[in-house]
Amino acid sequence: MRNGDFPRPLRTTHYEIGHTLHCTINPLLTISCLSKTFSDGVLPVVNELSFEVEDGELFALLGPSGCGKTTVLRLIGGFMRPNHGSISFDGRLFAGDGSFVPPEKRGIGFVFQDYALFPHLAVAQNVAFGLRKEKAAVRKERTDEVLKLVGMEGFEDRLPHALSGGQQQRVALARALAPRPRLLLLDEPFSNLDAYFRNEMRDNIRAILKEEGITAVLVTHDQEEAMVFADRLGVMQGGRVDQIGTPEEIYLTPRTLFVAQFMGQTNLVLTHADGATADSVLGKLTLHRPAEGMVLVAVRPEHFTIAPTADHPDAMEATVLSRSFKGHDITYRVQVGPVDCLVHTHNREPFAPGDTVFIRAVEPAVVLDKAGE
Amino acid sequence: MPVARLHDFRWYLWGPALLVAVGVLVPLSYLVLRAFQGDAGELADLVLRRRNLRLLGNTLGLTAGVLLLTSAIAFPLAWLVARTDIKGKPFVTLLGVLPLAVPGYVMAYALMASTGPSGLLSGLHLPRPSGYAGAWLALGLYTFPYLFLNLRAALLGLDPALEDAAQSLGYSNREVARRVVLPQLRPAFFAGGLLIALHVLGDFGVVSLMRFETFSYAIYLQYAAAFDRVYAAWLALMLLSLTGVMLLLEMRLLRGRRYERTGSGSARTTSMSPLGRWTAPAYGFVGLVGMAGVALPVSTVVYWLGRGVEHGRWSDLLSAFLDSCSAALPAAVLATALALPVAYLSVRKPSWPARAAERIAYLGYATPPLAFALALIFFTLRSAPFLYQSLGLLIAAYALHFMAEAIGPVRSALYQAPVRIQEAARNLGRSPLRAFFEGTFPLLRGSLGAGMALVFLSALKELPITFLLSPLGFRSLAMGVWGAASESLFSVAAPYALVLMATSTALVGLLLRKA
Repeated sequence: MRNGDFPRPLRTTHYEIGHTLHCTINPLLTISCLSKTFSDGVLPVVNELSFEVEDGELFALLGPSGCGKTTVLRLIGGFMRPNHGSISFDGRLFAGDGSFVPPEKRGIGFVFQDYALFPHLAVAQNVAFGLRKEKAAVRKERTDEVLKLVGMEGFEDRLPHALSGGQQQRVALARALAPRPRLLLLDEPFSNLDAYFRNEMRDNIRAILKEEGITAVLVTHDQEEAMVFADRLGVMQGGRVDQIGTPEEIYLTPRTLFVAQFMGQTNLVLTHADGATADSVLGKLTLHRPAEGMVLVAVRPEHFTIAPTADHPDAMEATVLSRSFKGHDITYRVQVGPVDCLVHTHNREPFAPGDTVFIRAVEPAVVLDKAGE
Repeated sequence: MPVARLHDFRWYLWGPALLVAVGVLVPLSYLVLRAFQGDAGELADLVLRRRNLRLLGNTLGLTAGVLLLTSAIAFPLAWLVARTDIKGKPFVTLLGVLPLAVPGYVMAYALMASTGPSGLLSGLHLPRPSGYAGAWLALGLYTFPYLFLNLRAALLGLDPALEDAAQSLGYSNREVARRVVLPQLRPAFFAGGLLIALHVLGDFGVVSLMRFETFSYAIYLQYAAAFDRVYAAWLALMLLSLTGVMLLLEMRLLRGRRYERTGSGSARTTSMSPLGRWTAPAYGFVGLVGMAGVALPVSTVVYWLGRGVEHGRWSDLLSAFLDSCSAALPAAVLATALALPVAYLSVRKPSWPARAAERIAYLGYATPPLAFALALIFFTLRSAPFLYQSLGLLIAAYALHFMAEAIGPVRSALYQAPVRIQEAARNLGRSPLRAFFEGTFPLLRGSLGAGMALVFLSALKELPITFLLSPLGFRSLAMGVWGAASESLFSVAAPYALVLMATSTALVGLLLRKA
């Protein structure tokens, strides 16, 4: 079945319906209460982790190094056994309840961080490695097909060491795609590429996966990569998932302090909430959800406007501390009362350090969960 | 670390490892069993004999002497190659490696056959070496490469930044050498020295030809001439304990000493210091080492060959060559086949049983060959008499004794082969065993070949194990050299010695070219 022709999976449409849908309707991959402790460690590397991936979805696990994301991927691939919890895929139990399906029986594609191409085999042999049960003609046809798909036709007889990093990466992808897996796991596949090439490869691979209707789980520490690549992502910390959602949800409404900070620069203010608004040192803030009492709120730097004059009753007077010009925008560090605040702006108005300006939040501030919640 | 869990248990990995452990440990325990046969008074008499003390003195004296001699050769030679602008470095290095192709008993033979009234050097009126001096010279000349290679590698691997740092802190060249360079060479010196000490302890060919009574020679005499098996077992146990002490000493000395470069990036290469007024002595020294270690054995053999080979000797030679290969080839294959799972377990599935299996393989290697052969004899006579004096037992003995030589290269190749490769193969539908053979094995081929060549070479040259365990009518090249040389039939020994040296040189050359 694995190497047979699968019907193209039906496109699920709930992403277009709305971004707030957390529960997948028909999961292809279900991870539930997964835990893994290494034999020499005390703390679990993966701790009671659960998430689901829909058929045809591109899912990213995002987190700093050491958060356990690669371990999750290796558990799904079958290279390790979980201590607790279960992994099921398309109705089959891969791990859990004492059962364990070895990696060679899972039919999942895996693209390794360092590609793991067989150094003694030429490109075509590497790609054909997973097709040994096919007839020679079919094997040849499929090899040519995937090599063409990744734009590596003409390299069939090269050995891996004679390829550049990006070429090796494409061969690794072709090799993983050749047996037509329904699920592809990608372990930091872009981290060994230089910045320019990385974006191109990422867009390329995303397009290929979408076109082939392949479900994928990507592991990365680069939040931009995760947001661009994935339909949904899970932000991990210390073996747990802090938040799962679409890139927009995660970026615009982070649930925890960790997620807010990990997804990009943000301004944090401890303030007293009074229902839908809060009177903070950064001025009167609208809250994205009602809250009462002391709360920590986050406002992204680009959600402020900056102006030379007070053009709004809520605008707060501030003093410019520093200015960094980054080409497409400018970041100002300004002082508002006792606190520093970052403001991104496209405004070309050349404020200089020492200038008096007025800032105002134009988007609701995000109320973060209290630690431990 | 936990013992591999049940689901990780794979017979094709643990089966061979278990076989190695049993093959090495069971015979050795029979040695103990045999030693304690006889009543208490007799045992006390055997153990407390005055002769034992003399044997101990002789053995230790020879070991110390050889260590001094090899240091005196290897240190300057390694320094010249690694740190000076001496010309023809590949050639000098070759001079430091080639004696490895000359078995000890051939070196002893060369010393004996070149001196004396009819020898190649008869014009010099040198006394024919024998006893301590003869054994000392022969052993030193053929074992110094172990130290040379270790020291050379260590010198080339030193971080020159450390020396620059010392100089910037006000140390003179001489002080830098003494206080910075020499201390860093210590691990290499211990490693090479241990190998040499083990060779001296285990040596039988040289001391028997030179008639110098060490433990090995005495064991042989007791076993072959006096038929006193219990005393032979005791002597073997004493030799074994001496070996154990050496190993422990080495471990103690090396504990906590790791001198790898700590910085990142690739190191600068060291600048070579000009020889200056040392030019003439340096070339003289290299010439002397080359003459003694390489030219002497070769020219002696050629000289005696030139004096004519009797008819019929060539067919004897051919049958000896075939006999040698009939045992050494299967042994090389078997040793490598055992080394692969043992090395794999220790690299990829580290646990205490895996480490133990590897240690036991090294124990088999360090066990003096006479003691090991004697242990196997006691074991087979007691438990498996049908194996006694069979070719199978000889092959197994070679394989168990020399498999450590195959573990080394396989181990380092396994460390270099990425684990992910095998996972990629699993991911693409291969069972664990097939994933290994299709993904990792192709990357190990070169090292497996190297390991096999090393074991083959050692088995080819091996004398005492062959002596004690060979089937009736079996006559190897090594036995040919030794038998003739011990009766001063130098022209009879010459063709055997030539074939041994030529085969060894060819194999060593092959290994060096691959490396």
